[in-house]
Amino acid sequence: MKYSKEQTQALLQKIENSLKEHLLKNQIIDPIIIGVQTGGVWIAEWLQKRLGFEGKPASMNISFYRDDFSKVGVNPKVEPTEMPVSIDDKHIILVDDVLFTGRTTRAAINEIFDFGRPLSVTLVVLVERDGKELPISADIVGETLELENDKNIKLVGPEPLVLEIIDK
Amino acid sequence: MESNDIDIENSKLRENDAVSQKRLRHFLDIEYLSQPLLLDILDLAESFAGVSGQPVKKVPLLRGKTIVNLFFEASTRTRTTFELASKRLSADFLNINVDFSATKKGETLLDTLRNLEAMHCDMFIVRHPLSGAAEFISKNVSKNISVINAGDGRHAHPTQAMLDVFTIRKYFKDFKKIKVAIVGDVLHSRVARSLIHALRILEVPDIRVIGPKTLLPNGIEKMGTTPYVDMNEGIKNCNVVIMLRLQNERMGSSFIPDEHEYYNLYGFTPARQELLAKNGIIMHPGPVNRGVEISSEVADGDRSVILQQVSNGIAVRMAILSLSMQPQQDT
Repeated sequence: MKYSKEQTQALLQKIENSLKEHLLKNQIIDPIIIGVQTGGVWIAEWLQKRLGFEGKPASMNISFYRDDFSKVGVNPKVEPTEMPVSIDDKHIILVDDVLFTGRTTRAAINEIFDFGRPLSVTLVVLVERDGKELPISADIVGETLELENDKNIKLVGPEPLVLEIIDK
Repeated sequence: MESNDIDIENSKLRENDAVSQKRLRHFLDIEYLSQPLLLDILDLAESFAGVSGQPVKKVPLLRGKTIVNLFFEASTRTRTTFELASKRLSADFLNINVDFSATKKGETLLDTLRNLEAMHCDMFIVRHPLSGAAEFISKNVSKNISVINAGDGRHAHPTQAMLDVFTIRKYFKDFKKIKVAIVGDVLHSRVARSLIHALRILEVPDIRVIGPKTLLPNGIEKMGTTPYVDMNEGIKNCNVVIMLRLQNERMGSSFIPDEHEYYNLYGFTPARQELLAKNGIIMHPGPVNRGVEISSEVADGDRSVILQQVSNGIAVRMAILSLSMQPQQDT
């Protein structure tokens, strides 16, 4: 099943609005947006523009921080992490397309702390689906879904961005 | 008496574990690896290169694994870069200088291996003066242990070759468009041998070997190279020149008359830089004999990438360690 471009766009709009509110409420004026590769980076780039921040967001590859190396190894075709600025004493907006088990977010948070000590980390996801395995929740969510075990949801992009539910 | 011939036929008989696999298990020789696998190593090394620039220069990929440097021969650069590569992957790391340890007391190599296995080590990085030593060890360790060849006799030095091609790719994206020359004691050089295989697999169209006839193996053309005895002619318009170390023990032997004559004929002098292609780079695996195979002015000059090779050695070895340490059950 595929979301339409417009449906996906509506979710993006929703997280943009929530994020703006969140920044205002918490008086965060100069956050650093970090996208988790690959889908998270597309959303991070979109948010970066919409929030009027200059430059590109940081792009994070969590491959070297995963917890399943002894099961699946490492994928050699990984883009390096790009962290253009220091994150010390900064508010971080961590962006991913889907929050599922929480393991990717755990790895991303570990990686962030190898780059410095941020003031705070806010997790933004387009979709939060059931199947959580770690005590990790998103602060800003586009949509919450319950999916059957044999289904996956992923963001296809970068142009246009469209959510897709596929068989595992 | 050492033979001047390259034993091409015999070397084909040596089956490398990596040949039949999509994934690495041991990393013993480059000869039988596929181009996609070499490119995988280079791509992964590219990702690891960033780790050295992080505030915390470490990723937790090989946490809980134990890697042993098993060096039967002196080495500084290779030993330390393997150690740093292992530590940046968060593996536990053990340096064993075999010359000074148990074998001196009469323990056999296999006994040493058994003891290390009993300590639940996951990987041996082996350097040995005899060709085939790493392969021998790979065949005599338990199944769950990976063996990396860090240089065996005159046979192979595959991780050096990989860091060399990684360095080349930093300057020349397309291997299919470059001219590469290897200069010096090709006959005794495991670096040259592995590098020629890597360049051939990556489809470098023009690979030249340059040196006195006594130091070029007979039949080197069969490896897809063009031999030159005239250095000026050989390096002309080359994009990459790799200088080999002239080992002191060869000096004054039947191979080389004397240092000065060698420097005049095959040393990289400042004047020779003009012969390279405009964007040409100069490499050396180290340690450098200044004034023997290369002048200080060239070694420290703009075209020299010798120190970048050392930095790149860490990222490339991180890639090889992690690819060799991957689970094997699904292959």
